[in-house]
This record gives sequence, C-alpha cells and structure tokens, in this order.
Amino acid sequence: MTIKDGCVHVLSLATSDLFFLLAWLLWWQAGHEDHAGPDPPRKVSAALKQGQITPTELCQKCLSLIKKTKFLNAYITVSEEVALKQAEESEKRYKNGQSLGDLDGIPVAVKDNFSTSGIETTCASNMLKGYIPPYNATVVQKLLDQGALLMGKTNLDEFAMGSGSTDGVFGPVKNPWSYSKQYREKRKQNPHSKNEDSDWLITGGSSGGSAAAVSAFTCYAALGSDTGGSTRNPAAHCGLVGFKPSYGLVSRHGLIPLVNSMDVPGILTRCVDDAAIVLGALAGPDPKDSTTVHDPINKPFMLPSLADVSKLCIGIPKEYLVPELSSEVQSLWSKAADLFESEGAKVLEVSLPHTSYSIVCYHVLCTSEVASNMARFDGLQYGHRCDIDVSTEAMYAATRREGFNDVVRGRILSGNFFLLKENYENYFVKAQKVRRLIANDFVNAFNSGVDVLLTPTTLSEAVPYLEFIKEDNRTRSAQDDIFTQAVNMAGLPAVSIPVALSNQGLPIGLQFIGRAFCDQQLLTVAKWFEKQVQFPGIQLQELTDDCSAVLENEKLASVSLKQ
Amino acid sequence: MAAPMLRWVGRGRRWTFARVDGGSCHRRGAPTGSTSNRIRGQSSVAQQPLYTTQKPRKGEHKWAAVVGLEIHAQISSNSKLFSGSQVRFSAPPNSLVSFFDASLPGTLPVLNRRCVEAAVMTGLALNCHINKKSLFDRKHYFYADLPAGYQITQRRLPIAVNGSLTYSVCAGKKQSQVIPKTVRIKQIQLEQDSGKSLHDDLRSQTLIDLNRAEGQLRVDANISVHHPGEPLGVRTEVKNLNSIRFLAKAIDYEIQRQIDELENGGEILNETRSFHHQLGYTMSMRDKEGKQDYRWFMPEPNLPPLVLYDATSLPAGADPQQVINIDQIRETLPELPSVTRERLVQQYGMLLEHSFTLLNEVGLLEFFQNVIKETRAEPKKVTSWVLNTFLGYLKQQNLAVSESPVTPSALAELLDLLDSRTISSAAAKQVFEELWKREGKTPGQIVSEKQLELMEDRGALEQLCHSVMEAHPQVVMDLKEGHPRAINKLIGLVRKATQSRADPAMIKEILEKKLSS
Repeated sequence: MTIKDGCVHVLSLATSDLFFLLAWLLWWQAGHEDHAGPDPPRKVSAALKQGQITPTELCQKCLSLIKKTKFLNAYITVSEEVALKQAEESEKRYKNGQSLGDLDGIPVAVKDNFSTSGIETTCASNMLKGYIPPYNATVVQKLLDQGALLMGKTNLDEFAMGSGSTDGVFGPVKNPWSYSKQYREKRKQNPHSKNEDSDWLITGGSSGGSAAAVSAFTCYAALGSDTGGSTRNPAAHCGLVGFKPSYGLVSRHGLIPLVNSMDVPGILTRCVDDAAIVLGALAGPDPKDSTTVHDPINKPFMLPSLADVSKLCIGIPKEYLVPELSSEVQSLWSKAADLFESEGAKVLEVSLPHTSYSIVCYHVLCTSEVASNMARFDGLQYGHRCDIDVSTEAMYAATRREGFNDVVRGRILSGNFFLLKENYENYFVKAQKVRRLIANDFVNAFNSGVDVLLTPTTLSEAVPYLEFIKEDNRTRSAQDDIFTQAVNMAGLPAVSIPVALSNQGLPIGLQFIGRAFCDQQLLTVAKWFEKQVQFPGIQLQELTDDCSAVLENEKLASVSLKQ
Repeated sequence: MAAPMLRWVGRGRRWTFARVDGGSCHRRGAPTGSTSNRIRGQSSVAQQPLYTTQKPRKGEHKWAAVVGLEIHAQISSNSKLFSGSQVRFSAPPNSLVSFFDASLPGTLPVLNRRCVEAAVMTGLALNCHINKKSLFDRKHYFYADLPAGYQITQRRLPIAVNGSLTYSVCAGKKQSQVIPKTVRIKQIQLEQDSGKSLHDDLRSQTLIDLNRAEGQLRVDANISVHHPGEPLGVRTEVKNLNSIRFLAKAIDYEIQRQIDELENGGEILNETRSFHHQLGYTMSMRDKEGKQDYRWFMPEPNLPPLVLYDATSLPAGADPQQVINIDQIRETLPELPSVTRERLVQQYGMLLEHSFTLLNEVGLLEFFQNVIKETRAEPKKVTSWVLNTFLGYLKQQNLAVSESPVTPSALAELLDLLDSRTISSAAAKQVFEELWKREGKTPGQIVSEKQLELMEDRGALEQLCHSVMEAHPQVVMDLKEGHPRAINKLIGLVRKATQSRADPAMIKEILEKKLSS
C-alpha cells in the first residue's frame, strides 16, 4: 500500500498477514478470470422466462429446502399454500407472456416484523402470538405486486431487539455456515474442535432468520429490517449482501417499529444485482408513510458495471479501527482499501470524530422510542392478554410482563427512565444533539470529496451460540452494532458485502456507506467490489443434496444475471 | 370567549386545541344571577376587577382570580386528523376506525391537509402568529381509550401562537354600557382525539368507541386566586366542561371554593378536578388519570416538521396540492365578527350591543340583511323589529332563526306597510302575530281581510273623538284642570274604538283641537 498524505497507515498490516494478503489477491484474480469466461451463470428469472423451470417447480424446490433445513429455525411461519397459489398464478402469467418482471415467480421471505395480511405476524414475541394483521406492509405488497412468491415469515430477536437472532420466543436461528463444507473441513483440521452439533454458529441479528433463509437457498431474497445494523450484521455472518437503504427511500408502513426514526426495511440477497432489483421494486414514496421522500432517485434501479474506479474516492474512517476488531477482519479491510487503490481509486483516511459516543447515544434514543412504541401492546385490542381482570392497570401490567421478554422489558424500562420529565433534558435531548453531531461527521466526510466509506461490518466472523450467550443481549448489541448503528442515526445507505472466508472457513463482510439517497452509486461501487473479490458461495451439498444442486450447480442461485 | 372559536372550528373529528391564557381576567362577585347573562351576552368576564366573598369590609383583603382555558374543539373535516377514515356524527360505535385509529402495529400517521388549513384559518382569525414550521409530539399515558399509549399533539412548537381575541361585555344598569375586552391566546395546536370510554359499572366493564369522542367542544379551566400585588396562587384544573354555562358555573364555584378554603386557613392543591353539573360543585379527581407522569413529550418521529409557506416563501413551481399557503388561506377568511359589528354600526347607525345580538344568534344577521334589502323602512326600524319583535317570538317559542314561520320577505312587506302609513304600529303587531300562525297569507292579505288599514276618514274620526269625550267627562275635566297627561287616556280610548286602526298623532291633534275650542 502506498501511503498517500500519510493517512492510510492505520490499516498497515502485521508482517504475519503478508502471506495471507498475497494468497488472497491471487485468489481474487483467479476468480476474476473464471468469470471472464464465455458461460456466465444464467439468472433464474431468465430461466423462468425461457420456461426451463416453472414458478411452481421453483417454489416446490424451495419449500422442500425449507423442510430440510427446518432445524435452522429460519422460519416462524411457512406460508406454503400462499406461495404455491402465487406460483400457480405466476405460471399462468409466464404462459401468457405476461410476466410482471424480474421478481415474478421468485421465492422471497419476509422477516416476521412486517405485517402480512392474513398471515400471522409475531415479532418472535408472546405478545403477538396469534396476531394476524388485516393488511400488508407496503414493502410486502410491492413484492407481491411484482409477482414474488411469499415463502414465509422469518425468525428474529423479539421485536428485532438483538444482534444474534437468539432472543426470540421461537428459539435461536442456526447459521447455515455451521453445516457448510468449508467450515466443516476447517474444523476437521483443528484438533481442538469438539462436538460438532452443539457448536453451531449464530447468524447474527436481528434479521437472522432472513439471512439463514437466503443463505440456505430456501428463497432468493428476504426482507430484513435495519435499525442499528440488523440487516447488515447477519448478512456479514451468513455470507450475503445486506443492504440498508437511505432512510425515507423505502416505506416503513407495516413494519412493526423498533425505532421509527432509524428503522428501514433491509434487503438480503446473494448478490448486489439482486439487492438492486429488490430495491427497485420497493423504493419510492408511500402516501402511508410521511417520512418517505418524493422521487429522490431515478428508476429503474439497474446498476451499471463500473469499468473503472479511478474517479472514485474511498474514505477509511480511522475511528473504526478499534482494539476489539479481529486481525482477520482488519487485514481484509486493509486489503480491500489496497484493492481500490491499486485499481486507481483515491483512498483517503477520514475522521468521524464523534464515533465513540455513537453507541451510547443510540442506546438512549433507541430505548426511548422503544418505550413509546411498545406502549400500544396493552392486551386490549390484539395479541396476548393475561387472565388477570381485577383492574385495567393490573391487566396491563401482567399482560406486558407475560408478553415481553427480559430484553424488551429492560429497554422499555430504560426508555421510560430517559423520558421522565427530570431526565429528559439530560438524556434524550443530549442524545439527539449527539445524533446531529454524528450525522454531521458523515456530511463533513462526504463534503471532503469522499464518495463512499469503507468499514468493517462486524468485529469478527460468526461465533458459536454457546460462546455468544456468555454475554447478555445488551453487551452483545453494543459490540455488534458498533460499525453499523451510526449509519442509522445519520439515515445513510449502507451495504455489507461478503469478502472472503476466515481461517475458520466462515464469511467476513465489509461495509460500504454512501451519501444519503446515493443508494445507486453505493450499490454500483459494491457491485464492482463484489466482482473483484468473488466471494465463494456456501457449499451445503451434504445438507440439502438434490435441491441445492439445482440452485448452485446450475448457477440459478441469483435472480439477476451475474456478469 | 369560546363562542367565536366555535364558529371557526365547528363540527368534525379533529381537535384544534386552543390554550387561552386569561391572565388578565378578573371576575366579579357572587355567582347569583350572573350566569345566564354570561351566556347570553358573552359577558362571562368580569366587570369589576376584584373579587370579594361578601361585601368587602374595611381593611379586608381583596381577591383576584386568574383563569386560563384550554379549549378543545373539533375541526369540521371529512376525515380524521391522521387517518383516512371518515368523520360522522353519531355513527355506530367503532364503525369509522382505520387500522391507524386502532393503533395496529406498523401503522403510521398521515396528516390531513384540511385540518391544517382549518388550524391556520383559526390562527389567523384569532390574530395569532402562524409558525411556518411546527412539530408534533407524543404525550404518553396508559388509558383504555388511548390505544397507542400516547397521543399525538403539538407541544414544543405548535402551529399558531400569541394571538388575541377582542370582545365586549355589556355592563351598567340596563346592560347598555359596552366594555371592550381582550383575551390573550397562548397557542393553537393540532391534536389527535382519544377514543370514548363507556363504563359499565354493573358488569365492571369499560367499552371503547374508537370513532373518537362525540363532543364538539370541551374546555379545561385552570383557576387560581391571589391577593393583587402578591404572587399568583396555586392553580387547579377543572376538566371536561362541555358547555359555556357549565364552564361559567364551574369557574364561579371554583373561585369561591378557593377563597373560602384560603380564608379558613386551608391550602389549595395543584390538582385536577371535575365538575358535577347537576349539583354545581367541583371535586378532586383522585384517580390516576389526573396524576400521570406523561413521561415527558417525545417528538413524533413519523411526522416530519409541518412546513407552511406564504407568498414570499413559496417555492417556485411548487405543487399547490403539496404546499399550504398562509396568504391564500387569509384571502378565503370570511369577514370576522368584529368587522361585521363595526360595519353594522357604521352602515345602519346601530347600537354596538344590537350588533352583538345580531351576530350571536345563528342566522339572525342574514335574516336582518335580507329584510333590509327588500324594505323601504329605515334600518333603525328594521333593527328594532328584528331584535325586539322577531327575536322575542323566537325566544318565546325556543325556535332557531331557520325555523321561523316569518320569512324576511314577509317582514319586509309588513315594514313597508308601516312605512307607508298604511297601517299603524299596533296593527303591524297584529299582522305579525297572524304571520306567525303560518297560514300562508301575505301581510297585505291579512291587512285587507282584517280591515287593519289606518282610518283615513277624518270626519268619522272626529265623530268618534266627540263620542269618547262625552262618555268620559271626568277625564276631560282633569285635562282642563291642568293635567295634560290625561289626554293619553282619551287617545287610548279612541284607538280602542277604532280597533287600533287610527293614527294616534291624528287622534291627538283632533282631541287637542276639540278641547281648546
């Protein structure tokens, strides 16, 4: 790495990493050559159009995979009948040459905190067990309007509060990579590895169910939600593209809120082009969500293939180099910066000076809004209600005690504390001011000429469940959201891209952060990067046998045409 | 104070919420008899600045009361403030409830343009400063009729602030002295209404109607008393007063209660009270409703700041559907009551108190103007007939102007007959009474059927006068002995003999001539 203006040295490598760096760069180039070949993978949507596979066949394969991977606990509800009916309709459209577009007949999954008309929506909470919304979230409706097949509702941390997908009432989600050929082979080499079955890995969270569902080939894309990193974090741990759009680009109507001012629907896919296709279907103003912005982006969302990055300026925020960052992630981050530089991009170290205050500030704002948003769950109109009826107040208290888990109740209590009259100025108002400073940090960085920021997504690769639960939810969230939540406070678009496998054979992701409403530019850069790194897909043959063979070997793993 | 507000913010489901700061509002003495005046004449605010328990004794402290009102009024709109569901009076319970109104998870508020326009219009009518940018806040409390657990309101930066309303009260022996007053308006804010609770004590159940409350006007009164020159006293809040009469009663009661309490060595607690309208007293609301920590107010994150424009700040090429232009709303503002009153005084030489009466009765001004348009009679005559005769009949039978059996045209024709001296005033009253019977006859028809025309035949009248004088020699004697007023008795007797058809002036002239001869 050439040091320009003395600023990139924060990412300088330990000597021991050099070998790895070389190997990695060679491998990238090899991957590059592979795909310069004459036979690019066909996109599944092209296969559908050409009649090589029917929507019903595709749907049945995915349903079969859902059954085979049930132990992953990725789905809370599998909407088999709905999906098959939708597939049938899609099939008719294809036969009549009236396909609705790239998503017609494509199996998708939706995190169980998006309202789905007629389909139970639980937020992985006792509070909403049995709650069947009478309406579709705008994003769900848009997917259906495009002909997508809704396979089911995916697991999460209760009310999306968590970073492991371990704290929902339906139990933890298992990371498909726990069962991958890549991870298993590495473990065999390791004489210390213990009993495999109890050593399964977490997916990250809170959209872990959606990540596992896409990663295990049970669908092509899934909706997550992203309030502090809940889409990007599990994407990084599951080797997926996890995209958080600009706040206001995609409607939140029907998304059961965690923090209204930070929530955005997130997109999990196996490649950047797929994320762009889904974003194209979802983006746009919604009269039902007053915070959506009127036409900030030109549709459609086709991403150009960037031939040349020489006009690009990549910012490396120095505050993101924290002591807790694993050396593997750090070196991959550094190599990624080098890659851009070697291809002619300008790489600058930038400063986001208020970064260290971000997680605390996020905690205050998050819990305050949680306290407010959770107030409606009182057992009166929908969801759980306790048996106690001595008074309305007693009923509220018991219902909420029974309905919410400790994490949710803890956040409600903290939030109410921050919102008390005597604390409001000292906590909530101050946190809002810090939020503004954090948002301004990004503005300043982008004003200094940076197009896109490059950071890690997570501190390390996924850890085993038994390891993860040694710390409580709050500690884990503070650690795991460290690189992701500031983006939510600033409302910026960000995407986690899988880069490479760790020494353990597990995926590691890096995050790109773009200017507000420059989602397309961000994804274009991400697509270029994705092409360079050629992240190896998950190998789940043993687990999923014939089904995944269809999806992997026939190269139908993505909606879009990978080039 | 509240009535003009009502005129602007009438029926509907939204709440405009005006905080009227009546800091300068001192009230007078014992509530006896003053209550009904207050309503009729809108004189609910004091004529004398000081308030005493009984007649002030020498050296005794005087009390001043301070009253501030929080007025909740529904906006006349087709749909609710934050949802598309309809607003309709007396709709079946929970029949007009959108997913948002029911606070289903994931639903978001969408601001109703009509409500914003109504709030701006109200602000302009009340001389407020309209904030070009206002914000929405959440006020939190748990209550069964508040399904979200919070209410969306405007606390930090409301849509309009710092207004005033000038009004007048009638004072003096005959209520003929008009005293102008001004009440300050602190702020006007848009606020979501809560639902309505129906408590079924028998089965100890509470039923909730999320159509939202039915009342069109609800007032909370904040009241304190202090000695002039000393700091303000501790205030109490009397909640949910739903008529102007009860509002006045509750305030009177509460002022008196506080004074009695303090004079007996007690203290006033900062508390919420309710008004028992049948028994006429206030009592402490000891339930939790009154003692909430609202967990302060959090900004409503789902509604961006409400930005309004005026002619100078309007962005070029802005879609009129997407922006609200204050100046444009100002142009559509109807003539305000104070301007109308001034115009009536100027144009028709009317007394100010008459202009108040004309405006306070719904439809009366329009009726008056229609009569004026069609009659040759003097405006003063018209005013007198409309305010005395016409309004008197309406009140007597408890009818609204729109329910009147007498049309403006009929009254105009009647006044023309009077003006042309075709009939006497007394005959005119008779005709009016006939008109009131709704028999479909015109004044002209009634006059000719009942032979009410003035007696023009001087000879016949002279004959009548002569007969009356002969029949009442004692009265004639009195007159001659220097009691000139006794002539009225004779005039009355002659008129009676003519069935009121004769002109009293002519009778008087004939009588005088005969007496002096």
